[in-house]
Amino acid sequence: MEVKLLTEFYHLEEFRSLEGYKKNGGYLELNKALKMQPQQIIDEVKASGLRGRGGAGFPTGMKWGFLPKNGEPRYLLCNADEGEPGTFKDRMMMERAPHQLIEGMIISAFAIGSKKSYIYVRGEYDFPIECLRVAVKEAYAAGYLGKNILNSGFDHDLDVYRGAGAYICGEETGMISSLEGLKGQPKLKPPFPAVQGYLRKPTIVNNVETLAAVKYIIRDGAAAYKKYGTEKSTGTKLFSLSGNVKKPGNYEVPLGYSLMNLITQEGGGIKAGRRLKAVIPGGSSAPVLTADEVAKATLDYECLSAMGTMLGSGAVIVIDDSQCMVDVLGVLTHFYHHESCGQCTPCREGTGWLNKIVHSILEGRGRLQDIDLLLKVADNMKGRTICALSDAAALPVLSFVQKFRDEFEFYVREGRSKVKGTTYAEMHH
Amino acid sequence: MFQLSPEGIKEIKNELGRYEARESAIIPSLYIAQKENKGWISPEVITALSELMEIPASKINEVFKFYTMFNQKPVGKHHVQVCTNISCALEGGRELARHICRELKTKKDEVTADGRFSISNVECLGSCGTAPMMQVNDRYYENLTPESAMNILRGMK
Repeated sequence: MEVKLLTEFYHLEEFRSLEGYKKNGGYLELNKALKMQPQQIIDEVKASGLRGRGGAGFPTGMKWGFLPKNGEPRYLLCNADEGEPGTFKDRMMMERAPHQLIEGMIISAFAIGSKKSYIYVRGEYDFPIECLRVAVKEAYAAGYLGKNILNSGFDHDLDVYRGAGAYICGEETGMISSLEGLKGQPKLKPPFPAVQGYLRKPTIVNNVETLAAVKYIIRDGAAAYKKYGTEKSTGTKLFSLSGNVKKPGNYEVPLGYSLMNLITQEGGGIKAGRRLKAVIPGGSSAPVLTADEVAKATLDYECLSAMGTMLGSGAVIVIDDSQCMVDVLGVLTHFYHHESCGQCTPCREGTGWLNKIVHSILEGRGRLQDIDLLLKVADNMKGRTICALSDAAALPVLSFVQKFRDEFEFYVREGRSKVKGTTYAEMHH
Repeated sequence: MFQLSPEGIKEIKNELGRYEARESAIIPSLYIAQKENKGWISPEVITALSELMEIPASKINEVFKFYTMFNQKPVGKHHVQVCTNISCALEGGRELARHICRELKTKKDEVTADGRFSISNVECLGSCGTAPMMQVNDRYYENLTPESAMNILRGMK
């Protein structure tokens, strides 16, 4: 049951261009917004219940409300670093609807009183960046950016900044550090960016999808937005579906949608001859769900949180019964170890040890006590670091070992995979 | 001796004035310099950038080494980066990377004798819906099979 709120015109090639965008409602909401009071827009966004669509799900209107009311210069940063494994929804928007993001940003900038914004895009996204740069040029030429936008008296400049390959730059303060010309290492919070962010000025960091959604809240009003979703998870969300599923891709559905339906209806289900084994519902950092748990899950913040996992970025990764969970975990531990920025000892050392221990099990050198050692190390990585990468690395380890312990024990005892029957060397060399 | 081209110098000077802080120009300038040095960044390149930008080499160096898209050793003319993170791994990304190495008779992270290719396993590229896939220099190639990947690569001069 897809709902095409943001994605209504994504099938049109022309929607990427300014002309095609305008033909399909483009920049009408900017016009409308500029005639409102900035506080009205903030209130509408608050009332809509919109929550950050990048991963944390923090209420957007509330975040905007943390800005100082003294009129001092503030920045709007769009987080287009999209690095959470399994996530590819923002890429689609930047490629097919760059003006949608730009319009959402200008409206949001007007609401918070920002005269300068950046879209920080991960460096690998060469084509999306090109699409954005073209669109920004078009927007300037048409007077949607620059001085006195649509005769409103509001000035705004927007620039696109290319990252260079670092998952940690998706963390809002890591991104800020990177944009400032430093290593992309996160900073301690508080102070939060709304108080002290980019160049120590008040800064709002929002995800691509969050900013685009603002346009539709202005267009239809908060009440209409709340008709989608659940009481605490309002609106629609783009879910990136991938892994062992027949029809991977991005799907826009109302929050609260059945996870199983996303996989079997939109996603076409599991491939012939295989069965669903596990699902990571919100990007690699989200604790894994067993097939039984998947049957009970709805795609909203509350349900998944209550089940001990999270909605996260909305990246739904499907794992079928041909997969060895020890092997899959090894892919994740490698990732987090690679991406740790190194500042905090629990993360720098912990990700290294988790990866070493899992791979030692995979290579047939595991000891029975290594399984509990994984749990102990992971436990010591939670809640003790400058940013949440450490927690993100720990949660998959905890959930995989807790829910698929039999596979880890078999591997340690037999030196090979319970599911595949083979050793790691046989699997991968 | 590495020297930036006049166009490169102009671009870098432009970047220096583009952002609120001059240091923000480091990443864009590293991209410009890397392109002019056959796809990688040597210590000489850092020195050249430091002199032009009037930013200490140590500052440029620490940014350079932090990011994966700046290559610290020579790469092939076509730098093949195969995603081996979770969604691609579930759909054969690791096997694809190995297949490419075998077919090109090379090892991971080494440059082929003719200088045309280097292969690396990389983390999630945000193309999970079209797995398995690879990025060659700046461009994505998606929905690959071992055969289609080799067809693409063999067509690259």
